[in-house]
Amino acid sequence: MTVLDTPAWRPRTDAAPLLPDPEPYRLLGTPEAAELDPALLRALYGQLVRGRRYNAQATALTKQGRLAVYPSSTGQEACEVAAALALKPQDWLFPSYRDTLAVVARGVDPVEALTLLRGDWHTGYDPHTHRVAPLSTPLATQLPHAVGLAHAARLSGDDVVALAMVGDGGTSEGDFHEAMNFAAVWQSPVVFLVQNNGFAISVPLAKQTAAPTIAHKAVGYGMPGRLVDGNDAAAMHQVLTEAVERARTGGGPTLVEAVTYRIEAHTNADDATRYRDDTEVAAWREHDPIALLERELTSRGLLDDALRTGTAADAEEMAASLRERMHSDPHLDPMDLFAHVYAEPTQQLREQQAQLQAELEAERQS
Amino acid sequence: MTTATHAAGRTGAAARKPATMAQALNQALRDALANDPAVHVLGEDVGTLGGVFRITDGLTKEFGEDRCTDTPLAEAGILGTAVGMAMYGLRPVVEMQFDAFAYPAFEQLVSHVARMRNRTRGTMPLPLTIRIPYGGGIGGVEHHSDSSEAYYLHTPGLHVVTPATVEDAYGLLRAAIASDDPVVFLEPKRLYWSKAQWSPQEPSEVAPIGRAVVRRPGRTATLVTYGPSLPVCLEAAEAAKEEGWDLGVVDLRSLVPFDEETVAAVVRGTGRAVVVHESSGFGGAGAEIAARITERCFHHLEAPVLRVAGFDIPYPPPMLERHHLPGVDRILDAVGRLQWEEG
Repeated sequence: MTVLDTPAWRPRTDAAPLLPDPEPYRLLGTPEAAELDPALLRALYGQLVRGRRYNAQATALTKQGRLAVYPSSTGQEACEVAAALALKPQDWLFPSYRDTLAVVARGVDPVEALTLLRGDWHTGYDPHTHRVAPLSTPLATQLPHAVGLAHAARLSGDDVVALAMVGDGGTSEGDFHEAMNFAAVWQSPVVFLVQNNGFAISVPLAKQTAAPTIAHKAVGYGMPGRLVDGNDAAAMHQVLTEAVERARTGGGPTLVEAVTYRIEAHTNADDATRYRDDTEVAAWREHDPIALLERELTSRGLLDDALRTGTAADAEEMAASLRERMHSDPHLDPMDLFAHVYAEPTQQLREQQAQLQAELEAERQS
Repeated sequence: MTTATHAAGRTGAAARKPATMAQALNQALRDALANDPAVHVLGEDVGTLGGVFRITDGLTKEFGEDRCTDTPLAEAGILGTAVGMAMYGLRPVVEMQFDAFAYPAFEQLVSHVARMRNRTRGTMPLPLTIRIPYGGGIGGVEHHSDSSEAYYLHTPGLHVVTPATVEDAYGLLRAAIASDDPVVFLEPKRLYWSKAQWSPQEPSEVAPIGRAVVRRPGRTATLVTYGPSLPVCLEAAEAAKEEGWDLGVVDLRSLVPFDEETVAAVVRGTGRAVVVHESSGFGGAGAEIAARITERCFHHLEAPVLRVAGFDIPYPPPMLERHHLPGVDRILDAVGRLQWEEG
């Protein structure tokens, strides 16, 4: 035996096939787009318009005091929608706090998806119903959960893929690194989708990483990295579908970096004029995901008035329903606070529950 | 409360023979793996090596790498992936190699493990056991001897359990793995090699998590303790006979849930109590226990509840640790300060 045969010296994976394209992958407006299924393009269009309207409505609800806070994904709808549509029903989605749209596109009730942000509970939906994990407010901590769930599914012999979403800022967290590493070592059926929208609240990407691109980080873990135009809904859908399929067929994890832009501030409570120029926002408005798709649909003669008005009406209907339902006060039961701390409340919790009960009783009588 | 049964499915009572706590823990993991296909063990070096303390010895060989898995060296990743496994319905048992090496997993523990049942209104409980060898007394170098229980017991949603005997090591670990709540299972590493006449083949009921046990009855004062400090308390109680004190010893076994009823009943009988643990006193488990005893037993108390704890210092280097750890003399000194009437 020589050192060449020992574990430390063993040949590594060939890095070349793992490298992302030098430029973000695009489909809309290219000759390849002609091959795209019209039904898919129409479906994406419907979801994007609906998503944009949802973002606008949710932001309006913050101004009306009906939501505590809303981190808008306006401008990032293509990423949100493609993430949901790339999955099969048995697959799992692991969203971050900005991914309410993906959660809704996956089938979760639009009001239940806003429970966290309204503040009547932390998670408003049963994660098992649509296989959507709770919206994660801590950064990147949901990524190892996705890996563990996918690992468990594979050990159980089940056909399940997990898709985990995170932002550019989240890639600086240790949990991003650990999740990527575990997924690659275990060859778990996971897809990591990074929405690089340029800012972590106020901090631009240049202060976040010195990597050539975020997608390049994949190579260090031994998994492929894909760089995509995150505002090109067709490209996003294709790349994510391929990555999900690759995971499903035993090919292991993929890191997808979607280059996009957060058109709104971090949340309604943020002031983006303190850290970025309006000309930058204007440039990205010219590269709008809905406009890009409309151009494609128009050039192929797929966008008639019926589709346009039908889609708009559908979005308005969704917004009206959301508005109406969010304007009624949620039912709050303070006793719920003690209901799900443990399978059985401890004696101390029972005493504290009785105390609160007595306080509420006194409040009612005063 | 969850109960589990000793070695379910095993037949025939074998003779009791000396066994170590390490062997009892190993047997508990083996039986849990054999009885429930959802149980998965994961951690650093738990596979081929059998863990640095050999608690997982032979498990990979017997159950395969998918059931007892060597993970990459990353505690947040270990616990974070275990959360995902539990979300899918498995029952992971993770090993943190040492107390102080568990800290990278703290965010996963506090922000996710402890909260998942609550944040999902009970629809997504996490049946997870986090085994952590803890405490000093083994001559460990820096970062190998922390008593980290106070961090965990301050986090609602976690159960915090620590065995002090060989029998409890088996029974409580089986109960922890069977529990539908996440359990931080603190293993006193200086007791790993403690021995008892014990037979894992003897079916018997496992004590439910959350029940303290009286290890030694006593009439004049009560020592309340847990985990690594039980043997020194029993030793102190024995030595106290020379002073004319009849000291009782209560072993909490579980810090969360805290068995207030048992502790209060015992202390009401003696009117005097000293809480003993080796972790730092300030803001420690003893502060909570002393406060609760005072609130519940005030009119029965003959003296303030005292604490004997480690000093409020970073854990000392091994050649100085004996000065830090509560010993018999320090315990008896505290008992002497319990306002005995001059006789």
